[in-house]
Amino acid sequence: MPAVTETRETVEKLAKSSYEWGFETDIEMDIAPKGLNEDTVRLISEHKREPEWMLEWRLKAFRMWLEMKEPEWAKVSHPPIDYQDAHYFAQPKKKPGPKSLDEVDPELLKTYAKLGIPLHEQALLAGVEGAEDQKRLPVAVDAVFDSVSVATTFRKTLEEAGVIFCPISDAIREHPDLVKQYLGSVVPAADNFFAALNSAVFTDGSFVFVPKGVRCPMELSTYFRINARNTGQFERTLIIVEDGASVSYLEGCTAPQRDENQLHAAVVELIAMDDASIKYSTVQNWYPGDDEGRGGIYNFVTKRGACRGARSKISWTQVETGSAITWKYPSCVLAGEGSVGEFYSVAVTNNHQQADTGTKMIHLAPNTRSTIIAKTISAGRSDSTYRGLVRMQPKARNARNFTQCDSLLIGDQCGAHTVPYIESRNMTARIEHEATTSKISEDQLFYCRSRGLSEEDAVGLIVNGFCREVLKELPMEFAVEAQKLLQVSLEGSVG
Amino acid sequence: MNDFLKIQGLEARIDADGTPKEILKGIDLEIPKGEIHAIMGPNGSGKSTLSYVLSGRDDYEVTGGSATFKGQDLLALDPEERAALGVFLAFQSPVELPGVNNANFLRTAVNAVRRARGEDELDAVAFLKAVRAETKRLSMSDEMLKRAVNVGFSGGEKKRNEVLQMRLLQPSFAILDETDSGLDIDALRIVADGVNSLRGPDFSALVITHHQRLLDYIVPDRVHVMAKGKIIFSGGPEVAKTLEKQGYTQFLEAAA
Ligand SMILES: Nc1ncnc2c1ncn2[C@@H]1O[C@H](COP(=O)(O)OP(=O)(O)OP(=O)(O)O)[C@@H](O)[C@H]1O
Ligand SMILES: [Mg+2]
Repeated sequence: MPAVTETRETVEKLAKSSYEWGFETDIEMDIAPKGLNEDTVRLISEHKREPEWMLEWRLKAFRMWLEMKEPEWAKVSHPPIDYQDAHYFAQPKKKPGPKSLDEVDPELLKTYAKLGIPLHEQALLAGVEGAEDQKRLPVAVDAVFDSVSVATTFRKTLEEAGVIFCPISDAIREHPDLVKQYLGSVVPAADNFFAALNSAVFTDGSFVFVPKGVRCPMELSTYFRINARNTGQFERTLIIVEDGASVSYLEGCTAPQRDENQLHAAVVELIAMDDASIKYSTVQNWYPGDDEGRGGIYNFVTKRGACRGARSKISWTQVETGSAITWKYPSCVLAGEGSVGEFYSVAVTNNHQQADTGTKMIHLAPNTRSTIIAKTISAGRSDSTYRGLVRMQPKARNARNFTQCDSLLIGDQCGAHTVPYIESRNMTARIEHEATTSKISEDQLFYCRSRGLSEEDAVGLIVNGFCREVLKELPMEFAVEAQKLLQVSLEGSVG
Repeated sequence: MNDFLKIQGLEARIDADGTPKEILKGIDLEIPKGEIHAIMGPNGSGKSTLSYVLSGRDDYEVTGGSATFKGQDLLALDPEERAALGVFLAFQSPVELPGVNNANFLRTAVNAVRRARGEDELDAVAFLKAVRAETKRLSMSDEMLKRAVNVGFSGGEKKRNEVLQMRLLQPSFAILDETDSGLDIDALRIVADGVNSLRGPDFSALVITHHQRLLDYIVPDRVHVMAKGKIIFSGGPEVAKTLEKQGYTQFLEAAA
C-alpha cells in the first residue's frame, strides 16, 4: 500500500476512533416523540444497541419511577415539571441556531469574553451554525489537545496503564460484567425520584475503571469529550477504582452552558476499594436564567461515593454557580474501616437562583473520618440552603466528622440557610459543627478600593478569599478558572 | 501658587442612626507639592473623617466646600480613581480580609494602579523582587506576605503592612492616620524611615498623630491643630512641642 493511502487511512481511522471516543451522538438518529412511557425506554435502549439485561434494568427503574413522587422538601420552588412534555431522546439536532455571533445574545458573549474564551469557541458554545464544522475540539480541549493525534496519545497512555475511560454506552456493550456488577450499586434506581428517572432514560455519561495499584496517569476530564457542548440531559457516570489505585476526575466547564433542556437529572456513582482514592471535582455553570430567572436550568443531581475498601478515600470538590435551581448532595458512604470522605463546596447564587445543596456522610465502619467545608455565597434576590447530614451508625467506633458551613451575603435581599442533620448512634463518635454568616462589609470594600481595586475586583478578591479552603482543593488550572468564574457570576451584585 | 492639594471650607456629615451628624465644619488646608504636614487634635475632632473624605469613603456626605488635587475635583472621583491619581491612606484601623493572601492582594493592587496610570503590570517575578526589597527595608518577615491580609496581625504588624502598601503603590500624596500608634520604638524608627525615604519633590504627606515623638523622626513642614471639625491653628514643627508640653487648652481657648 502506498504510504499516502496508508497515511490517509490511518488519519481517517484516528478521526473515526476519536469520534467514538468522544460522545458525539448519531446525527442520523430519529427523535423520540414527546412523552415518557415504556416505549420511550425501549427506543433509547435499542438505539444504544444495548443488551437485553440493560433494557430490563431500565424498565424496572421506569416502573419504580411511576410509583414515586417528586421530592418536595428541598427549599426550592418551581412551577410543576411536566414530564410528558419533553423529548427523552435525541432532541432535534438541526434546530436552526444563530447564523453568526452577531445574532447571539450580547450578554452571553460578554461573559465569554470575560472568561477569556477564544472567539471560535464562543461561537461553538453559543451554538452558532457551522461552528462545529471547523475541525477543532471545543472548549478547554484545544488548549491541551488541538489535534486528533494528541487525543490519541492521550488515549494510548490510558490504555497502557490499563485505565478504561469511555462513554457509558460503550461500557455497557464492551465491559458488561463491570457495568452489571456496579451500575446502581451505589445509587439504586429506587433511591429517589430523579435517580429512578435517570436510570430509566439516561443516554450519556462516562465510565471509568482504574485497576489494582494503578495511579491514573492523568486527570480525566469531561473536557476531552468531543461534543462537550451538548451536555446530556440525563448523564450517568460510573467510576470504579480498585485496590490501591487512584484517579482524579474533572467534570464541567466554566463557560456558561445553555441547553434547550430545562430539566437535568444526572447520577454519579463512585466506588473505591481498599486504599483506593477518588477525587471528583466539578465546576458547574449552567445557564441560570435571565435576571428574572426565566429559562434557567433545573439541575437535580444524585452523586454518591461508596468507600467500600479499608482506608479508601473519596473527595468531592464542587464550585456551583449556574442553574436556576440546583438540588444536589454529593455523598459518601464510609463502609471500609478507616475510610475517609471529604466534601468541599462553593455554591454561588445571584439574581433569582435557588440552590439547595449539601452532602451526606454516612459512617458505617470504625475509625472513619469525614470533613465538610461548605461555602455559600448569596447575592441579589437569590436563596441558598446548605443541607448536611452526618450519620454515625452503631459500628462507627471512633468515627470523626468536622463540618464547617460559612455563608456570605452580598446585599440585603438574599437568603442563606444552614440545615445540619446530625445522627449519632455510637458513643465514641465525635462530630464537630461550625457555622458562620457574614457580609462583605463596607469597610472591606472601601479598604480594597482605596488601594486602587475596582468594586468588582474587590468583591472578587473578598469572595475568593472566603472560598480559599475549597478552591485550593481544585486542580490548579481549574482553580484559576473557578476564581474568574466566581467574580463574573457576582458582577453587578454590589452597589 | 499651590495647585497640588487644596481644601476649602470642607464640610461633611455622617448619618448616625437616622440623624445627620456634622463632623467636618469647614476645613481649610493646603499642602504644596513635596511638603509633609502634620495634623494633631483631640480624639473625635474629625481627623480620621477628613482622611476618609479625602480618600473617597462614601458613607460621609460632603455638604459644602471643595477639595482639588492636581487640578482635579477630588471629591468627584471614586476611591480607586483617587488611588490611581496618587492618593493613599494608611488606615488608623487596617481592615482584615479573611482568606485573601497578602501578597496576592498587594500584587492585585499594585497592578490595578499601574494599569490605571498607564504603566506596565508587574509579573510575578518582578513583583516579588519589589516586595522583597520593601519588606526588608521595613524589617517584615516574608511570612507576613503569605498570611491573609491583616488577619491575626498584631497592631504594629498591621501598621507596618500599611506602610508596605504605601511604598509599593508609590503615591504622590499619602495620609498616615496614626500610623505611629501601637509601634514600639524600633518600629517607629523603621516606619519613619519608610516615609522619610520617599520624601522629595514628588511626595507629599499628611501625618495624623497624637505624639510629638513621631514628628522628631518625620519633621513636618507645617503642623495644624484640629478641633471640633475645624483647623484652629497652623504653625511650624514647634507647634507639636508646645502641644506636647501644654495640651490643647490654650489653642482651644484662643479659637473660642
Ligand atoms: N459612623 C459614625 N456614626 C456616628 N458618629 C461617627 C461615625 N463616624 C465618626 N463619627 C463621629 O465623628 C467624630 C469624629 O471622628 P473621627 O474618627 O474623625 O475622629 P478622630 O479625630 O480621628 O479621633 P481619634 O483621635 O480618636 O482617632 C467622632 O465624634 C465620632 O464619634
Ligand atoms: Mg482617628
